[in-house]
Amino acid sequence: MQWLGLWHYWAVIILMMIGLYIVIARDNLVKKVMGLSIFQVSVIMFYVSTGKVEGGTAPIIPEGGHDLVYSNPLPHVLMLTAIVVGISTTALALALIVRIQEAYGTVEDDELNAIDGAAL
Amino acid sequence: MMEQLPALQVVLPLFSALLCLLIRNKTASRLFSVAVSWGCLAIALILLRTVQETGIISYHFGGWFPPLGIEYRIDLLNAYVLIIVAMISAVVLPFGVGHWGLSIPEGREYLFFCAFLLCISGLLGITITGDAFNVFVFLEITSLSSYALIAMGRNRRALRAAFTYLVMGTVGGTFILIGIGMMYLETGTLNMVDIANRLPLAYGSRTVLVAFAFLTVGVGIKLAVFPLHHWLPNAYSYAPATVSAFLAATATKVSYYVLVRVIFTLFGAAYIFETLRFHVLLIPLSLLAMFIGSTVAIYQTNIKRLLAYSSISQIGYMTLGLSFASINGLTGGLVHLFNHALMKGGLFLVLASVMHSIASNEIDDMRGLGRKMPFTMAAFVLGGLSLIGVPGTVGFISKWYLVVAALEKGWYPIAVLILLSSFLAVIYIWRVVEIFFFREPAAEKSIKEAPLSMLIPTWILIGGTLFFGLQTEWTAGVAGSVANFLLGGLP
Repeated sequence: MQWLGLWHYWAVIILMMIGLYIVIARDNLVKKVMGLSIFQVSVIMFYVSTGKVEGGTAPIIPEGGHDLVYSNPLPHVLMLTAIVVGISTTALALALIVRIQEAYGTVEDDELNAIDGAAL
Repeated sequence: MMEQLPALQVVLPLFSALLCLLIRNKTASRLFSVAVSWGCLAIALILLRTVQETGIISYHFGGWFPPLGIEYRIDLLNAYVLIIVAMISAVVLPFGVGHWGLSIPEGREYLFFCAFLLCISGLLGITITGDAFNVFVFLEITSLSSYALIAMGRNRRALRAAFTYLVMGTVGGTFILIGIGMMYLETGTLNMVDIANRLPLAYGSRTVLVAFAFLTVGVGIKLAVFPLHHWLPNAYSYAPATVSAFLAATATKVSYYVLVRVIFTLFGAAYIFETLRFHVLLIPLSLLAMFIGSTVAIYQTNIKRLLAYSSISQIGYMTLGLSFASINGLTGGLVHLFNHALMKGGLFLVLASVMHSIASNEIDDMRGLGRKMPFTMAAFVLGGLSLIGVPGTVGFISKWYLVVAALEKGWYPIAVLILLSSFLAVIYIWRVVEIFFFREPAAEKSIKEAPLSMLIPTWILIGGTLFFGLQTEWTAGVAGSVANFLLGGLP
């Protein structure tokens, strides 16, 4: 079971690295925002996966039963907030990109640098 | 009423921000937000008073007891930081009342004040809360509103500066989230006091180590610690003038507070500095920040950029004070928090007045401005002297504590380096002062002294740098007892 226990962490780390790589390596601002979203989603998955309890069920007390094992609901609840934060960040970033497109006529970072004349 | 003050400290600006959206009228929303910021300052002052008299305040949200419920926990440290944030916002918001065109986009003034109040409530929230996850939530409130504020700058580069800050800030915020998650895995709680009690049981674990790494790097991005400062110069240069003044004086200060909280309350100074030897990393980075920040500042042609790089070097002083892990060092770092907020806030307000008069931030356009706007530029000179650390100004107090702390530890080279870096500050301040006062004005334009509504806030902050340079009881006194309180466990 040991390798299974570690398996979801590997998925999270791979996803996280994909996201960070896109943020760093891509010049297109929209792609950067996509990378940022993937990066945030990996953390959300990390939190949710930590709430798993082996053999656990949803934390609702059924009538008459109280010897059940429950999954930890707290990480899920925390992630509701983090998802909202992620959406607001993405929305704000896209709004900025729209205005950058209006002001500069491009959303490619290397072209923007050329227009501004200096590396930002 | 009195026992609800900790909640009101955050809830008041939060809901007022929403009310601003309903008011819509630009003058009314400005007066309203000024009143709210003064209310926040009053609450912060009462809270500090209460903490000094009766000790730690613990406020349970919704009547749920910690660790189940969210706790607002106010000790001397965050009461002190609350005062800094509330004071700066109370001075910056009324700046230039009655004068528009301060690069606030026309027709969207009420949105500006809405974002401003949200930013204030986020900063106050980070400071006041005793719940680790709450820190993340308020951090994102602050960040999102400050991206919007920076993007309101007139130059189109403000948009790119805001975007760069958004990308780096989000990565930083997410790192903090990962760190909090790992601490939760290890301790099973989000309440800071609980975490602090349970972490020692897990000190050997790699999870704790990685949690600390993520938290430090995340906060480091927000604080603009030396190699992570990339976003700061552009964000400060292109943001609207009053926003630069507000963010420079508060946002990095609150991040510094989070770093202090993480190191001294959550993980414990003994573990961080004796087991992990964190100062071996932090001291060289602080010294590099002090020297590289100041050196780059010397070569700037845009005066807001100059002050932004000077901020990076000043943050170096603060982290240096922290990494001494001694009473005097930490006092120096914490008192510099307050002092730097005063002088950078004041200096950026001077630039906001200059922007109002000549609509430029280029140093070349400011030739001979000292003759046209003597009161404004005199404030710049005093703020500059304080940055250098001339005796009689607050900058001297901070540097005094830092040098004493370095000598106590026997680290003489560091004491020498602190003094040497001050000379770099002399160069970049003198260079612009010379242009302001000893060059002939470019053309005979009718430039008038800044209006009183701008001069008064500027001089409140600059006057503060002189007042607290002589009267150290309130700042260094409080910072000293905070340092004692935080290092209680260390010899």
